[in-house]
Amino acid sequence: MKRFVLAAGFFVILLFLWELAFRLKIWSPVLLPAPEQVASYLKSSAADGTLVSATLITMRRLLIGYFVGLIGGLPLGLLTARWNLFRDTIGTMALGLQTLPSVCWVPLALLWFGQTETAMLFVVVMGTLWSVIIATETGVRNVPPIYRRAALTMGSKRLHIWLKVILPAALPFIVSGMKQGWAFAWRSLMAAEIFVTILTGFGLGQLLHYGRELSAMDQVIAIMLVIVVIGLLADKIVFSPIEKFLHRRWGTSQA
Amino acid sequence: MRRRAGRSSATRELEVIAPSKLMIDNVSKSFQSASGTVLALDRVSLNVAEGEFVCLVGASGCGKSTLLNIIAGLEKPDSGTVFADGKPVTQPGRERLVMFQEPALFPWLDVLGNVLFGLKLKPNLTNKDRRDIAKYYLELVGLSRFEHANIHELSGGMKQRVALARALAPNPRVLLMDEPFAALDALTREQLYGDIQQIWESRRKTIVFVTHNVREAACLGDRVLVFSPHPGRIQEEFLVKLPRPRDINSVDLAAHATRIRKSLKSFSQPEATVAE
Repeated sequence: MKRFVLAAGFFVILLFLWELAFRLKIWSPVLLPAPEQVASYLKSSAADGTLVSATLITMRRLLIGYFVGLIGGLPLGLLTARWNLFRDTIGTMALGLQTLPSVCWVPLALLWFGQTETAMLFVVVMGTLWSVIIATETGVRNVPPIYRRAALTMGSKRLHIWLKVILPAALPFIVSGMKQGWAFAWRSLMAAEIFVTILTGFGLGQLLHYGRELSAMDQVIAIMLVIVVIGLLADKIVFSPIEKFLHRRWGTSQA
Repeated sequence: MRRRAGRSSATRELEVIAPSKLMIDNVSKSFQSASGTVLALDRVSLNVAEGEFVCLVGASGCGKSTLLNIIAGLEKPDSGTVFADGKPVTQPGRERLVMFQEPALFPWLDVLGNVLFGLKLKPNLTNKDRRDIAKYYLELVGLSRFEHANIHELSGGMKQRVALARALAPNPRVLLMDEPFAALDALTREQLYGDIQQIWESRRKTIVFVTHNVREAACLGDRVLVFSPHPGRIQEEFLVKLPRPRDINSVDLAAHATRIRKSLKSFSQPEATVAE
């Protein structure tokens, strides 16, 4: 409770400083709108449905791309951990492409797929896939060999060992890879939405883009806030509980 | 251990099954190391009777753990064969379960889940049977109250008890123990010596127990085999005919231990150390 009050106080002070900066007219109101203006944009855009539909479109793209990345990345990561052939080929490629900032995929996607949903999806998948592959491989390689030996003596074999021993043992790594993949997917989607203007739906990135075109700073800041809040919620609702569970089970928790 | 481990709904699975007899025939195994080829085992032959408790003692690196792994089927010998009940051992299997020096428990499962792991791989049991059996063995090692505990919450001694329950649960005919108590404190170890003897008598297993601790070997084994290193060979054999349960601190046992230690020292290099 005390922590909650302190945290709430922190954000109230932040808001207050913002308001203060606006009232003192340090910057032009075009560049720094009042908190109230941002709030009223949020209210009106929520009321006329733009915000909700943009959020839904963005989330849909994000989730599809993310899950495609996961579904591709997990098995590929397992393969690279299991066979050197895959490690030397796909593993090396993943390592290289993982260092490529995902926004760098946008020009290529635009030329290949044009202004389409496919281009968007492609960028998100490229942002997710490689880090999931790397995390899965690292996780599997870090499984203590003794687990495998113990399982072998108990009659566990091949697929059973992979599903019931290696995979769960690598879970902490895999989850942190999934989290990283999520962050990458989110970033790459925003990059894609800002650069790719397609007619199949306006996402949050496009709202951001048009906010800039119209010099509507209240819109820009409001959409940025929405993006931040979605990121926070994903962490608190999806990843935090999983990580807490892992910490409890593995005994690696700090609090 | 301290409570009576009896249960009315004892399934057939819990009935004691005949322990195995092992025959190790002329087994050799060498490893490549930085300093060249090391002959870990040099034509080792050994018979273990049904239900016998055999201890292998020797300094670190004398090949005793390698022999255990070969019996388990986790490693293959370069030449020679291990027979369990007359059948050659070619792969690991639940008839011969291993207890390692580290508990090797799975941190993603709770205590009960760990004990159930091997049981789930055993066919012809219902899930209720499996749970009953797992609980029976947890009671046997005195950890009933901890069945839903996470592994990291247990002490070292408790972890090894869980590992013991997990190894016993699929009702193996042979239990292979690789210095299972080496990492524990002396008090916990003494408690476990009592427990393991009692379990051995009640559950009738053939046990091959590897240790570098001479007293431990004399306390537990019907027979103690002394290994010499480089190349790994069985140097000498001692019969320990003391009544059970044996107390590790008894004077008779100390006398046996002294004889065994003398044998160990006769061929140990000066730097090789053997624990008390």
